[in-house]
Amino acid sequence: MKVLIPTPLRSYTRQREVDASGATIGEMLAELEQRYPGLRFRMIDEQDRMRRHIRFFVNGEQVFDMGRPLRPSDEVHIVQALSGG
Amino acid sequence: MARISKKKPAARARKGAGTKKRTSRAQPVVVLVATRKGAWLYHGDAARKTWRTDGPHFLGHIVNHLVLDPRDKRTLLAAAKTGHLGPTVFRSTDFGRTWKEAARPPAFPKAPEGGKGRSVDHTFWLTPAHANEPNVWYAGTSPQGLFRTEDGGATWEPFSSVNDDPQYRVWMGSVQDGTPDGPKMHSIIVDPRDPAHLYFAMSGGGLHETLDAGQTWTPLVQGMEVVEGFDASVITFHDPHCVRMCPSNPDRLYQQNHCGIYRLDRPSKEWTRIGKKMPKRVGDIGFPMVVHPRDDDTAWVFPMDGRTVWPRTSPEGLPSAYVTRNGGKTWQRLDAGLPQNQAWWTVKRQAMTADAQDPVGLYFGTTSGDLWMSRDEGQKWTPLARHLPEIYAVEAADMR
Repeated sequence: MKVLIPTPLRSYTRQREVDASGATIGEMLAELEQRYPGLRFRMIDEQDRMRRHIRFFVNGEQVFDMGRPLRPSDEVHIVQALSGG
Repeated sequence: MARISKKKPAARARKGAGTKKRTSRAQPVVVLVATRKGAWLYHGDAARKTWRTDGPHFLGHIVNHLVLDPRDKRTLLAAAKTGHLGPTVFRSTDFGRTWKEAARPPAFPKAPEGGKGRSVDHTFWLTPAHANEPNVWYAGTSPQGLFRTEDGGATWEPFSSVNDDPQYRVWMGSVQDGTPDGPKMHSIIVDPRDPAHLYFAMSGGGLHETLDAGQTWTPLVQGMEVVEGFDASVITFHDPHCVRMCPSNPDRLYQQNHCGIYRLDRPSKEWTRIGKKMPKRVGDIGFPMVVHPRDDDTAWVFPMDGRTVWPRTSPEGLPSAYVTRNGGKTWQRLDAGLPQNQAWWTVKRQAMTADAQDPVGLYFGTTSGDLWMSRDEGQKWTPLARHLPEIYAVEAADMR
């Protein structure tokens, strides 16, 4: 599946868009972590909770569950919340 | 204002060598500045008059602490996060030319299914371990947790004896019991005579000591006052802001607390409130505490307004450091060179420090983003850098 990476995380991926695999959001992130060490912890805390200002969208729909199923044709957008400071 | 240059260090060193009078202790100094929006290094010559700026590093990152390893004078650790991304630790082994992120930053263990585990919001404090323990560091986090690395900062392990101890969890309180941006573990101190003898402090949650490398811990709060109306026997209510051990006498500790300035001379376990001798209109509330590298009777504080709603500004808009030269019996105001009216900034707990030169150089960073220095132990202040982001931490290291 295609995963769009927000600018704050491109120091890890060096690209705007990466291909990833995994049957769920959690598996997809684990696969990305293998290739880009440190990336996952910046988005997901040690209790497997999505960090407060990180958002995941699958085909335009916001998702909150790490177990949300994914298909190879899905498009995942990772975005940072529009919060100031 | 101190001269700032971006020239190569070698060129400046040659220029400085022939023109500056040096004391026997004179050596280059580097000042490490951590801010709300990145980190900067200021490389000074031996006279501490010409400075080279190196930065920003991690522009846009909230950097709570940037520390040089005194054991090799080359390795830097930076505790960082952004407003959106989670916390991490960056490490450089070439004095900031290149950085590598920790493979496993400080993090609490995953809670069992159905349990409610804690998450590190940010690493707040970094302390290199004993001189005989290369690559070992300690970290304090918010919410409060103590961590240790044995591989120079690549992987960090939690201290279960503190982080998971039911009594300590009570003393730490909840997120609401800490400072407005989260409760802090700080002032992790290693006894230079014994690597197993450590202290740490919690805002709030008191000061604690171990004699067995962290297997067991004991509160050390006797004599410390708490907010009026609360019970001082309850550890949770104690709020040390910054604790320092005297390099020339590791049995002497100084402390700036939410409720005053204190001194402790071991083996005594009772703190003495030495801030009562501060001028009444200034009071003895503040955040930083700085000790002299060679004289255990000399220490500096930077008071702030802790009245009414705790404005956390300079008292009456008149910032000043204060020094004691006799262990806290008397204090003198040190404000020459600082603004003389309408200056409403203050100095955070990690944002004031000393070098080891003779006379001692002092450095502090303000909440308004200015970096000040004194080459004469606070007799006169001069700006070293201006218009930085809010300064969270300042460290100084002598480079020879």
